[in-house]
Amino acid sequence: MQFRLPALRLPPFFRGGLVSPFKLRKLGILGMNARNVRYIARYNDRDKYPIVDDKLNTKRAARRYRIPVPDLIAAFDTQPTRTRIMQVIGPLQQFVIKPARGSGGKGILVIVGRDGEDYVKPSGNKVTALDIQRHVSNIHSGLYSLGGKPDRCMVEALVDFDPVFDKYSFEGVPDIRVIVFRGFPVMAMLRCSTHDSDGKANLHQGAVGVGIDLATGKASHAVQRGVRVDTHPDTKMPFADLEVPGWTELVKLAASCYEMTGLGYLGCDIVLDRKRGPLLLEANARPGLAIQIANGIGLRTRLEHIESLDMEHLEKNVEERVAYSMDYFAARTTL
Amino acid sequence: MSPRAQVYILAALLTLLGASLTIYKHFALGFPLLPGEYRTVWTIEAKVRFNADGGPVKAALTLPRAQRNMEVLGETFSSSGYGFNIVHEDDEHRAVWSRRQASGVQSLFYQLDVHQTPGAALEQSLDLSTEVVKPMLGAREQEAVRQAIYSLVEAGRARSSDVSTFTSELLLALADTRNQDRNLIFGYYKDRSFVDVALVVLAAADIPAHRIRGLYLEDDRRRLDPEDLLEIYDGKRWVVFEPTSGTPGVPKNFFIWQRGGKSLLDVEGGRNSGVTFSVISNDVPARDVAMLSTSKEKEALVDFSIYSLPIEQQSIFKLILLVPVGALVVVLLRVFVGLRTSGTFMPVLLAIAFIETQLLTGLSIFVLILILGLWVRFYLSRLNLLLVARIAAVVITVVILMGAISVVSYKLGIEQALTVTFFPMIILAWTIERMSILWEEDGPYEVVIQAGGSLLVAVLAWWVMTNRYIEHWTFNFPELLLVLLGLVMIIGNYTGYRLGELARFRQLVR
Repeated sequence: MQFRLPALRLPPFFRGGLVSPFKLRKLGILGMNARNVRYIARYNDRDKYPIVDDKLNTKRAARRYRIPVPDLIAAFDTQPTRTRIMQVIGPLQQFVIKPARGSGGKGILVIVGRDGEDYVKPSGNKVTALDIQRHVSNIHSGLYSLGGKPDRCMVEALVDFDPVFDKYSFEGVPDIRVIVFRGFPVMAMLRCSTHDSDGKANLHQGAVGVGIDLATGKASHAVQRGVRVDTHPDTKMPFADLEVPGWTELVKLAASCYEMTGLGYLGCDIVLDRKRGPLLLEANARPGLAIQIANGIGLRTRLEHIESLDMEHLEKNVEERVAYSMDYFAARTTL
Repeated sequence: MSPRAQVYILAALLTLLGASLTIYKHFALGFPLLPGEYRTVWTIEAKVRFNADGGPVKAALTLPRAQRNMEVLGETFSSSGYGFNIVHEDDEHRAVWSRRQASGVQSLFYQLDVHQTPGAALEQSLDLSTEVVKPMLGAREQEAVRQAIYSLVEAGRARSSDVSTFTSELLLALADTRNQDRNLIFGYYKDRSFVDVALVVLAAADIPAHRIRGLYLEDDRRRLDPEDLLEIYDGKRWVVFEPTSGTPGVPKNFFIWQRGGKSLLDVEGGRNSGVTFSVISNDVPARDVAMLSTSKEKEALVDFSIYSLPIEQQSIFKLILLVPVGALVVVLLRVFVGLRTSGTFMPVLLAIAFIETQLLTGLSIFVLILILGLWVRFYLSRLNLLLVARIAAVVITVVILMGAISVVSYKLGIEQALTVTFFPMIILAWTIERMSILWEEDGPYEVVIQAGGSLLVAVLAWWVMTNRYIEHWTFNFPELLLVLLGLVMIIGNYTGYRLGELARFRQLVR
């Protein structure tokens, strides 16, 4: 528990003024209202939400569609006893505890090592077994789920992160978000945690958003707190050298989530495992709009292009769709 | 049909329905569109007095009929010890008081509330006798009077073109004290009133005429005697004249009590009877007048509405009907501005509490409870309690805090703080819990942002909800909720940018 006083900083809203909505429109920027009304409400059927809103369901569906995911060690359906938790996590060195229905990365506890009786978080802070039990109990009571509904708790194997991003991430793990619209990947970004973001990959908490060129997997643009950056603020590594290995495989994985979930407008969060390659961390039926800032371009024109495609295009298989997107949505400039 | 078109059509229908119901209620039922409109309601009291002889008594008072420009809102009779009845005979309504035995001075009261509405004073449909009874003027000593009457009639006829102008001329001549004929006539009819004499002369001129009894409505008048107007038949219709000035038409503020027909008051078994009137004017909220005047006809719109509920429930509904307005404020700020709040409609609940507590008191109490609650919650989180138990503990803490705030502030003489009870406790406890999670996960900055956003929305919602026009409209025209519903549906279709996004996507433009 930390007591930190609020930093004296003007909210971003007040810095730098406003731009005209006509300019945003001209640039094809997608706004929250348009996203909700024109894409989520229209292309995402309600009955498909449980597949993505509950990570245990996502895991099950992914197994059926042969989409690689991090291994599930255990899932607690009911409030577990102290002995059951200890049975599961006792022998483990590294693991992740997360709520099945959490959103926005809330309630995720990552343990990277042991120090005697204590457990070590990525930041180096230690937590006790009691803290972990309390966390599990909170998850079950619905603290992190939408509307406070009782939730399930899952223990997942810690991803053995590919070290390619080590230089671009501080105290945390980067993940790749790909927006998939009607099966076509339309935009991608890499989220790198910073010292500012406290190891978290949330852009509004200070993580760096790196726009990734769909065609090559190379960085095309990078932004931290709305300001354009060329190097990682903590590691000072230039983003121009950044390239995601096995990019085509990763984009294919994201595109195949369309078949898996049946959702027309989808955000796929993917991490790179050292041995297994890209793994689907979670899918999101209401992906945010920060990806536009990370890429420095609007999403709307791309979505409208996919909307204008005829049936012949929409019946393509994953490989064809990915090839089409990589060709059509290639970035004009890279870093 | 696309969902978007459906929304627009449905919203248009709802708006049209709500607006037309409102317009109907305003124009047809007289509900005021603006708050604070007052109407003058006249309370007229008729006092019947007589000396009872000791035997059976029966008093009959002619009652006013419904009139086009006067709306009767209610009537009361007070007659202790008397049997009471209203009889209808020949188009006339009469109140009849009766008693087996009565002696001494008796007073009977009849009171009615009247509201003046714009419109013609008299309906013409009244079926009155146009028969003329010629005055008996045969004897020799009355020859002079008869001469005078006919001379007046002749003079008037010479100076007029029709029945109406003739009557005016005649009345003017009768009022002129320099006229010899007139003085002769009034000398003969010493004990008769002006209108009595005018009726005699009009009968001599073969013009059907009768008296109208009524009252001039002036505030705070007591012991008024009824005043008379003349009504003559010009061959096609009845025309009213003010007798002393000779001008046609019913004077403004004249309340017609009795038109033609029998006597005003009949008393059997008593002597020295008489009727006096008193008039008071009250300024009554226009809505009450509308309610009273429609309650008799049982307008479905009024009858099946909130007004049919008991007063206590009405006052609760007054508050409930404001909730949609608060919700609209939340929708506007979310869709057009993009303000982040903790809990979507929590600010509305806060605003309702603010209505009860007053803004500044409410704000300070809320912030105080939030800070104290967060502090307690941080301690509780170290005790490893289950979530529900922990929130229950926070609820109990909040209740204790509220009690403590009440007692301490009461002892200090700050009575306003007693309104702390209007805050929804469970909501406060959940807010505290959510804020503390937010603090742990996203840091205190986010807590300040969300709490500030919630309070800002709550204050705005409070400001709109306490607007006297909004209050008036939501309560008196609940059908405007349909318009609100249509509006919310249209807003729900807005796909443009939020104000916050104009700042958020700023660097994309450069």
